[in-house]
Amino acid sequence: MIPTSFDYVRAGSVKEALGLLALGDGTKVIAGGHSLLPMMRFRLVQAPKLVDISRLEELRGVQEYKKGLRIGATTTYAELARHPLVRERCPVIAEVAADVADIQVRNRGTIGGSLAHADPASDMPAVMLALDAEFQLRSKKGGRRTVRAREFFKGAFATDMTEEELFTDILVPGMGRNAAVYVSFDSAASGYALAGVCASVGRKRATISDIGVAEVAFVATALERMKDTKCDAAVLAAAAKEAVAGLEIAGDAHAPAAYRRHIAEVAIVRAVERAYQRAGT
Amino acid sequence: MATLFGSGIKRREDPRLITGQATYVDDVKLPRLAYAVFARSPYAHAKIARIDVSAARQAPGVLAVYTGADVKDRLVPVPCAWNVPNCDLKIPAHPLLAHDRVRYAGDAVAMVIAETRAQARDAVDLVDVDYEPLRATADPEKATQPGAARLHEEIPDNIGFTWVVSGGDAEAAFQGAEVAVSQRIVQQRLLPTAMEPRAAVAQYNRGSGQLTLWATSQNPHIHRFLCSVMLKLPEHRIRVIAPEVGGGFGSKIPAYPDEALVSFAAMELGIPVKWTEDRSENYKVTIHGRDHIEYVEMCGTRDGTITGIRTKVYAGLGAYASTAAPGIPTILHGLVYSGSYMIPNIHGTIYGVYTNGTPVDAYRGAGRPEAAYLIERLVDIFARKIGMDPIEVRRKNFIPKDQFPYTVATGLIYDSGNYEAALDKALGLLDLKAFRAEQARARKEGRYLGMGLVSYIEICGLGPSQVAGAVGFGGGLYDSAIVRVYPTGVVKVYIGASPHGQGEETTFAQIVAHEFGYPVENVEIIHGDTDNTPQGWGTYGSRTTAVCGSAVKVAALRVKEKAKLLAAHLLEANEADLEWKDDAFRVKGSPDKAKGMAELALMANVAWNMPPGMEPGLEATAFFDPTNFVYPFGTHICTVEVDEQTGQVKILRYIAVDDCGPPINPMIVDGQIHGGVIQGIGEGLQEIAVYDEEAQLVTGTMMDYAVPKASQMPHIEVAHTITPSPVNPLGVKGCGEAGTIASAACLVNAVCDALAPLGITHIDKPLTPARVWAAIQKAKGATP
Repeated sequence: MIPTSFDYVRAGSVKEALGLLALGDGTKVIAGGHSLLPMMRFRLVQAPKLVDISRLEELRGVQEYKKGLRIGATTTYAELARHPLVRERCPVIAEVAADVADIQVRNRGTIGGSLAHADPASDMPAVMLALDAEFQLRSKKGGRRTVRAREFFKGAFATDMTEEELFTDILVPGMGRNAAVYVSFDSAASGYALAGVCASVGRKRATISDIGVAEVAFVATALERMKDTKCDAAVLAAAAKEAVAGLEIAGDAHAPAAYRRHIAEVAIVRAVERAYQRAGT
Repeated sequence: MATLFGSGIKRREDPRLITGQATYVDDVKLPRLAYAVFARSPYAHAKIARIDVSAARQAPGVLAVYTGADVKDRLVPVPCAWNVPNCDLKIPAHPLLAHDRVRYAGDAVAMVIAETRAQARDAVDLVDVDYEPLRATADPEKATQPGAARLHEEIPDNIGFTWVVSGGDAEAAFQGAEVAVSQRIVQQRLLPTAMEPRAAVAQYNRGSGQLTLWATSQNPHIHRFLCSVMLKLPEHRIRVIAPEVGGGFGSKIPAYPDEALVSFAAMELGIPVKWTEDRSENYKVTIHGRDHIEYVEMCGTRDGTITGIRTKVYAGLGAYASTAAPGIPTILHGLVYSGSYMIPNIHGTIYGVYTNGTPVDAYRGAGRPEAAYLIERLVDIFARKIGMDPIEVRRKNFIPKDQFPYTVATGLIYDSGNYEAALDKALGLLDLKAFRAEQARARKEGRYLGMGLVSYIEICGLGPSQVAGAVGFGGGLYDSAIVRVYPTGVVKVYIGASPHGQGEETTFAQIVAHEFGYPVENVEIIHGDTDNTPQGWGTYGSRTTAVCGSAVKVAALRVKEKAKLLAAHLLEANEADLEWKDDAFRVKGSPDKAKGMAELALMANVAWNMPPGMEPGLEATAFFDPTNFVYPFGTHICTVEVDEQTGQVKILRYIAVDDCGPPINPMIVDGQIHGGVIQGIGEGLQEIAVYDEEAQLVTGTMMDYAVPKASQMPHIEVAHTITPSPVNPLGVKGCGEAGTIASAACLVNAVCDALAPLGITHIDKPLTPARVWAAIQKAKGATP
């Protein structure tokens, strides 16, 4: 578990970090290191150089943004879990952050690092997709750009980012009348989700006025037909089935594909029902 | 003074362990220390066509690279030390480095020694091997079938032994039986996962010809002996030190190639060499546990009397026969097929099978959990078949408390027991009536609650040396202690066993301090160094307290005997007029005329005024060899709720009632039970080492292998009954493996009880949500 040798630079500014990434020499960004370092220790990633952005204050913290939140990429899970503004405006993010791994990981692991890594078994992508968040990226040549989460994820460990870009901020829109709930079934070994679903539901009295549902890295558009219903169980079950039918799901040593498919449906149903209930209170 | 024996004082070893002040093997730093890293086969089965280490030899910092060809004529293959008799046991050579063929993924092909560990690791990537892959299988049943990949040329069917256990007449019992049930049971491979992986540091002094080996060992004297064989070095020139050892669970009993190779390199190069295992390497090359595929049957009468057990077991050995491997599924498994019951007819056929998996050896419980699991599952299946409460079936077949010592059909003699008392105590804690009512209510609501119960026995306190010899164990099974009293009265005790987390530095000190009327601080326990401890056989098989603890007590009593003679001399009294009271020898009738141990120790050590003919000094050595094994027992109960939709199992309550004789330190006993139960729950719910079709371990990291975590575990309610053993002076039985032996079966029984309305009688562990859900789907007639 010893990585190949590499150089290490602690960036003094975002500009310096962007300059190093612009060299295009395979330099990797490290913040919490909880995704990158294990891969380096297995020698699955052999980076010649790491640029450490974990101490850049400008990338860290949570602010009000319109009616929602601006979250700096290097904000840790622990910070998100206890942040008053996050808990008030978008409690699902605090809830999910509080449930990631263990306290050591939450103290070091960053939300931007996790999203940029795009592990399909991690929890935050589904939350960002369901809430229709946007991500801000910067590069030396391209400057700043903003990408919808729904355009950002391109598949397992694949995103819209280039090697020269740095993930800087997350913009979460205001929740309005919506309430969101995340439901996951986790691997007993890794704690990562076998199936994880975030549902954001708005309701007027008993009727669903808005809905966004994502299963890991996929938006479950089939659930849109729940709009204008009173969260009817039969419609929900059918929509969940249809949403999952469209996904490519593979089995592995922990669970065969049939089981993953089944619990993805269960997670959709439970997340929507709970979000619907929460929106009514 | 409060009595120390039986007092739950805090573990004295913990402060240094939890504040980072303990010295583990990897903490050993020596001048000019070099580092070893092994190049290991990525293939589970392959011929080595060519191996080229020239680039690795040229790499920065590299001091030497050794291949199989370099060592095969100079070192002896890894010995197997348990030659189980009365069977056709075949033990193929296990070369220290593979030279013509690799037989499991992880088999070492070269050792790189470099100035730093990182340099050695980098150079391993430059070891260039041409492998010609061969067909492979890690499945112990498939490996015996015609056409399966053959691991060792001399063993065409991969069957390393066929061992039969027999008592009574099982064939007749099954033929005439009113009822018989059968089940195929898979007891999955497990990864022992000690918190500290294995490590070794070897230092060779060319001047004195002495080799010192710091090693992660549960039994340094056994390692000294086996290293002496592998290295062809006389035993008295080897000193093995097991400093702090961070858990073993059986995985640090065996001899491995690694320690011997590191020693070889240190001798060749004349500098000390260190090797520390990675966690991934640990999962690949340190022994695994269990790996049984079993066909089991039970027969009996319609009114619940069990009359017979029959088994056919494919026990995976992995690629080579590890040190104790042949004895685990045979002596430690087949002989205890009676469990807690009077079962007159027993027949078992055990095939030990070579496969392309990591070698399998003793893992917490070692053979006995597999036996308890199959018996306790069968009792439930049998009870269901005859429509009788499984609790009543157990009661009906228990060996009654007045029948001990009791000889079971396989010939073992159980020392003592009171199985019904433990059962009753556990049921009392549960409130069975209330639970059954709740279960019935829940079933009406479509919820699945279940209760599992296990009344286990185990064979512990290994064991009489004469029996060890008779069953082919290549060593003794006595243990030893030197109790040495210093001039100021404080005591050091040197023991032959080698605790590594079980707390004997506390419990053994309690034994001595209790005898001497001392506070526990006056006694230190020294273990783990073959140069200052007497010959002993190590810590495993829940033997340390029953066997080595007894040696400690016997030695302490010998010291006390001598001290009494000295006291009589100094008090000018007859020995017969002295009595031990509180903390001193006192003259009966004039208790102020007294001599305590500290005062006597001073006189014995300065020897100014000794009785005529008495030697100076105050110390004694004892070698204790028990007359029989000990047989701890107990009843565990757990209640669960199964989520029908997701297959998730939630443990509602876990109750453990264990009887290990009188506890020396109840807190430590409870801790051992907790740890054992948790390991068994891991086995029951989530742990499984998975090999794919190419015999690659796909659960090779903790991301994929589900070691139980504190947050996943239930509260454990622990209670005890106390039935002393007559076979040792402490009356103790051993408790290290009890929890593991009981809990996996307990959990599966509970889940099968919960799902009984669906007609489910058995699901193979681990009961992952996916497996439980699939069983529910199958029971409902759906195709999952």
